[in-house]
Amino acid sequence: MSEKATRVAYGEALVELGAVNDKVVVLDADLAGATNTNKFAKAYPQRFFNMGIAEANMVNVAAGLSTMGLVPFCSTFAMFGAGRAYEQVRNSIAYPRFNVKLCMTHAGLSVGEDGGSHQAIEDIALMRVIPGMTVIVPADANEARKAVFAAAEFEGPMYLRFARMNTPVFEEDYPFEIGKANVMRQGTDAVVFACGMMVGESLAAAEQLAAEGKQVAVINVHTIKPIDAACVREWAEKCGNVITVEEHSVIGGLGDAVADVLMGQVNCKFKKIGVQDQFGQSGKAKDVLREYGLTAPQIAEAIKAAL
Amino acid sequence: MQTAELKQVCKAVRRNIINMTANAGSGHPGGSLSAVELVTCIFFNHMRVDPQNPKDPHRDRFVLSKGHAAPCYYGVLAERGFISRDEFQNFRQLHSILQGHPDAKKVPGVDASTGSLGQGLSIAVGMALGAKHLGQDTRVYAVCGDGECQEGQIWEAMMAASHYHLDNLTVCIDNNGLQIDGSNDEVMSLGDLAAKLRAFGMEVFELADGNDVEAVEAALSAPVSGKPKAILAHTVKGKGVSFMEGQVGWHGKAPGEEQRQQALQELEG
Repeated sequence: MSEKATRVAYGEALVELGAVNDKVVVLDADLAGATNTNKFAKAYPQRFFNMGIAEANMVNVAAGLSTMGLVPFCSTFAMFGAGRAYEQVRNSIAYPRFNVKLCMTHAGLSVGEDGGSHQAIEDIALMRVIPGMTVIVPADANEARKAVFAAAEFEGPMYLRFARMNTPVFEEDYPFEIGKANVMRQGTDAVVFACGMMVGESLAAAEQLAAEGKQVAVINVHTIKPIDAACVREWAEKCGNVITVEEHSVIGGLGDAVADVLMGQVNCKFKKIGVQDQFGQSGKAKDVLREYGLTAPQIAEAIKAAL
Repeated sequence: MQTAELKQVCKAVRRNIINMTANAGSGHPGGSLSAVELVTCIFFNHMRVDPQNPKDPHRDRFVLSKGHAAPCYYGVLAERGFISRDEFQNFRQLHSILQGHPDAKKVPGVDASTGSLGQGLSIAVGMALGAKHLGQDTRVYAVCGDGECQEGQIWEAMMAASHYHLDNLTVCIDNNGLQIDGSNDEVMSLGDLAAKLRAFGMEVFELADGNDVEAVEAALSAPVSGKPKAILAHTVKGKGVSFMEGQVGWHGKAPGEEQRQQALQELEG
């Protein structure tokens, strides 16, 4: 299975998108090499604006550009785009419902060596709580590409979350529709709702459990908001045992979004797997994920304990 | 529009401000009154806008970065024909288009939602950058507060405006010297604002009296090339209403009925 980081797929997709949509402009805050927007900058230098290390300004300049009929894709690390510039996103993009695509990379623990200061584990929560904000977390490189194209066609503010680390690219080609979850694996004993690179880890976990005779369904909830409530309800009812897996705090992220759908509606067991109200730390990305219990074997153990 | 006529419009805008804040029983009269000449001259003599077609893609743009001066903005929009004066009675009330701070989704002639200080100027920079990118001759005007210049983002925006040579951008600073907790110097001294603006690459026009229509007109009309324009207008907070002038207490307090009548009397004609 080939591997590619979703941030790389994002950068490549932007170049492809730029060729067919001349309204697309890209902004970065001195991290173009890391976010991969440098590929677009090289292909279309006239449509790329480096705003320097000034994220708050960048986000609001993107707002201004959108009012001129352009479609700004605005990038930096998730920590700074969703974190530092939070109120700018809230008041100057979401409140007036401007058509800005906030494409933040280096989200989650898999940032690795840079450590806890750079590992955004609360960005999904921050963006999800803003009225009218669409929140998308692509699971692999192919989905990242499709999400970028879907974002360009979508009118309104959107947050897209990309990862630094190389992760497996699924061999099968899945459709991508905003707000429509993908069933990646059928099962009856439990259902896992996952997003981002945790979809791959959850699939591997389900594979392992299958060898032990447990049939676990895996659903890729790439759109955290608006969440595919019908799908969540259907599979929770079908399996009666729900597990959510995310590379994000268990507070306010995918797990809570799923819980919001099920609470008082579906009678089922429920368990959230994610970062347990703590900061990340430096280390090789895979080691950090293991330290926080987010690798396939650990997820398999946690699911087993919940069965 | 000639000076005498502009002065009459300014008076009408001031009456609108008093009526709106008195109706609502809240709002920000002080910093609305200080900015009247700046916003009026921009909308009446400099912007290419059509109140009948407020979303015309080739219109010039305006951003009230000091969004709490919304009564001034709405007052000018009404005089310019964008909105009805009937809306004034709904200012700050449920379901009104006239929110406490400007909402771009609701008001014709409002292109950016502002009120959270420090953000509007960056949006204006984005508009000016977009216009340049698209090859449009759109001009962009922003009005900032002096207290607002304590926000670091204002200087991020100035830096970017200068870096991208946005000579289609005019930034006016309504330098009334007062903010909620006292004078600028008591709260957080801004130092030499003109020198700071120059250091950030702006072409600076400093007006000793920013409530003088002729001075504002001259500065707005002055040509610049290759640099964004900054108009540092020394103004009087509460300008035009004797008991509000230079009084920090009128930053965010509405006039009562008796005060409304007195203010309107002073602003007659």
